[in-house]
Amino acid sequence: MAESPVPGTTAEAEPGPIPDLPRKRRPRSRKPKAIDGTEPEQLLEYLRLMLLIRRFEERAAQAYTQARIGGYCHLNLGEEATVVGVTQAMEPTDYLFTNYREHGYALGRGIDPGRAMAELYGRTTGVSKGWGGSMHMFDAQARLMGGYGIVGGQLPLAVGAALAVSYRGSAEAVVCHMGDGTTNIGAFHESLNLASLWDLPVVFVVVNNQLGMGTSVEQSCAEPELHRRAAAYRMAGVRVDGTDVLAVRDAVREALCVARREQRPTLVEAVSSRLRGHSVVDPARYRTPQEADAAQREDPLPRFQHRLREAGVLDDRTLADLQSAVAAEVTRAAAFAEESPHPQVASLFDHTYATAVANESRRLPADALFDVEAPACQ
Amino acid sequence: MPVMTYRQALRETLREELQRDPDVLLIGEEIGAFEGSYKITEGLLKEFGPRRVRDTPIAEEGFVGAAIGAAMLGLRPIVEIMTINFSLLALDQIVNHAAKIYGMFGGQTSVPLVIRTPGGGGQQLGATHSQNIELYYSFVPGLKVLAPSTPAEAAAMLRAAVRDDDPVLLLENLGLYNSRGQVPDTAEVAEIGRAAVVRPGRDLTLIGYSRMVSVALQVAERFAESGVEIEVVDLRSLRPLDRATLVESVRRTGCAVVAEDDWLTYGIGAEIAATIQEGAFDHLDAPVRRVAMAEVPLPYAKPLELAALPNVTDLATVVEQTLRATRRVGA
Repeated sequence: MAESPVPGTTAEAEPGPIPDLPRKRRPRSRKPKAIDGTEPEQLLEYLRLMLLIRRFEERAAQAYTQARIGGYCHLNLGEEATVVGVTQAMEPTDYLFTNYREHGYALGRGIDPGRAMAELYGRTTGVSKGWGGSMHMFDAQARLMGGYGIVGGQLPLAVGAALAVSYRGSAEAVVCHMGDGTTNIGAFHESLNLASLWDLPVVFVVVNNQLGMGTSVEQSCAEPELHRRAAAYRMAGVRVDGTDVLAVRDAVREALCVARREQRPTLVEAVSSRLRGHSVVDPARYRTPQEADAAQREDPLPRFQHRLREAGVLDDRTLADLQSAVAAEVTRAAAFAEESPHPQVASLFDHTYATAVANESRRLPADALFDVEAPACQ
Repeated sequence: MPVMTYRQALRETLREELQRDPDVLLIGEEIGAFEGSYKITEGLLKEFGPRRVRDTPIAEEGFVGAAIGAAMLGLRPIVEIMTINFSLLALDQIVNHAAKIYGMFGGQTSVPLVIRTPGGGGQQLGATHSQNIELYYSFVPGLKVLAPSTPAEAAAMLRAAVRDDDPVLLLENLGLYNSRGQVPDTAEVAEIGRAAVVRPGRDLTLIGYSRMVSVALQVAERFAESGVEIEVVDLRSLRPLDRATLVESVRRTGCAVVAEDDWLTYGIGAEIAATIQEGAFDHLDAPVRRVAMAEVPLPYAKPLELAALPNVTDLATVVEQTLRATRRVGA
């Protein structure tokens, strides 16, 4: 589903004719070339999604600093290639569980940016109706099975989803996203063991941005080559350049093939860099200027753009068109969020239980348990 | 109406639910080949096979979480946690995930999960294997917590739990597994969130759940010999809590004693006592008393363990004192 452009941006996303470029390194051929078998149109769609995520996250950071968004706000800045690679490797019927750094994954699964932004704003039109916020986006139709705020919490759940797929003998697969810090928690090891032991169709994707909040992988992992941890569970583990969207897509696609064909799990480690702090408010003082510069050099967007230019797929005009299209889309998303209604207080007790139950508490903080005059229970 | 043990009632109901609904599966440690640490699942692997009766490694967080994930996709797993003590290893999955997923995502996905687990002391299992920590789960909105006190209730509540779309914790009790009682063969389904007056009386309300209901009934029987009519209320559902039934009873009797198998401070009885003082303050002729475990890690040595656990004599003593405080009995 995410492979079809969002309505309203199709025209801008068309590659169009490639004019001569006033650049030092002109493409050798003016005819756009496929890269590793991926057609130009598809490559530009990946770029569009990466640009959309970049723009969306920058807008989210801005809204957060303006106090239009509450809670925590963790951004995918610098991880766009991984996000797009993972989500574009998946079939629409596959399930995705993520951690709390998930806005990009929602967009990558084809969720309307307006609904994602509205969730950040806590509005009824948000993907989780304003109940989840930044860390807890869910969309049944997109099979985004939730962002989870507790480190490692989503892993056993993803294993269970894969168990349900296996139990029913259906052809879907499950992708479970996590950060590098998650590989130290017990749930990681219990989940990998179960997935391998039970031959489940699940792909664990570790986004190794080399920092768990401010603690480096070397400071926290006895085996810092995280893909090697799969070996303890007789599971295939692969490491891939997380700044290379095609490499990530291919690795995850292959893992999903194995999941479907052989009912075997895989651990994919995608190495990238966070462009900014752990969350919007983190100034990242634990990074030396050299490390921060290195992260900027790892930025996947200029890299991919350069690669597309080299292949004759991208020129200045196409890039400018894509950028203005995603800027307009994000502006529309923010306006939609801004204009959407806040939930009514009357809806506070709507989602405690799925099956109605006797004597469910519906009291507000100052309510009495009992009406003094009558025995009715609040 | 057949007579069976609490254990048999659970086993027969599991069998019926497995037969009734192909989406029901059992997940837990040693439930298959070993047939359950307490033999609740005896014979079920043989009858239903390893797809429906799934043995797990010792990984409570992993397999409870996996059951939650499977439930999100529409299966109806029944998880056995060998004892409630081990549920602490899965606390994150139960409290941060099972209880939150329906609300946190705006009601888009439910978690039709049952967790069966026994609590209870008195087996000389020592401090880490004898706790009653159902309070931890009863505290959490989003969970439903049931505590059957008889074989009939065990069957009816398990049936209700399996058919409910929310995560339900079914609190069993080691001390009740061999208890016997009549179980209707009409496949009763309990109503979650309701307490029950299991013995009517006008002089004092005695409130308990799980094992303490049978202790309370023995005390009521003893007092009946001297013409004192004690009303016994079985809480049955620890969350939601049926406050109305409790308060209605105490408004009639004018006094109450709570019998609980957990520790007193911040315990289930504290919530009951607070409810009663708010709902029946003008009707109370005596302070609400609580009979609860001594506040120690439960010791192994038999005399110490026995002294720490509430029994018939303890409960009778406090009932007697409460009745005296109302000045309705004795001088």
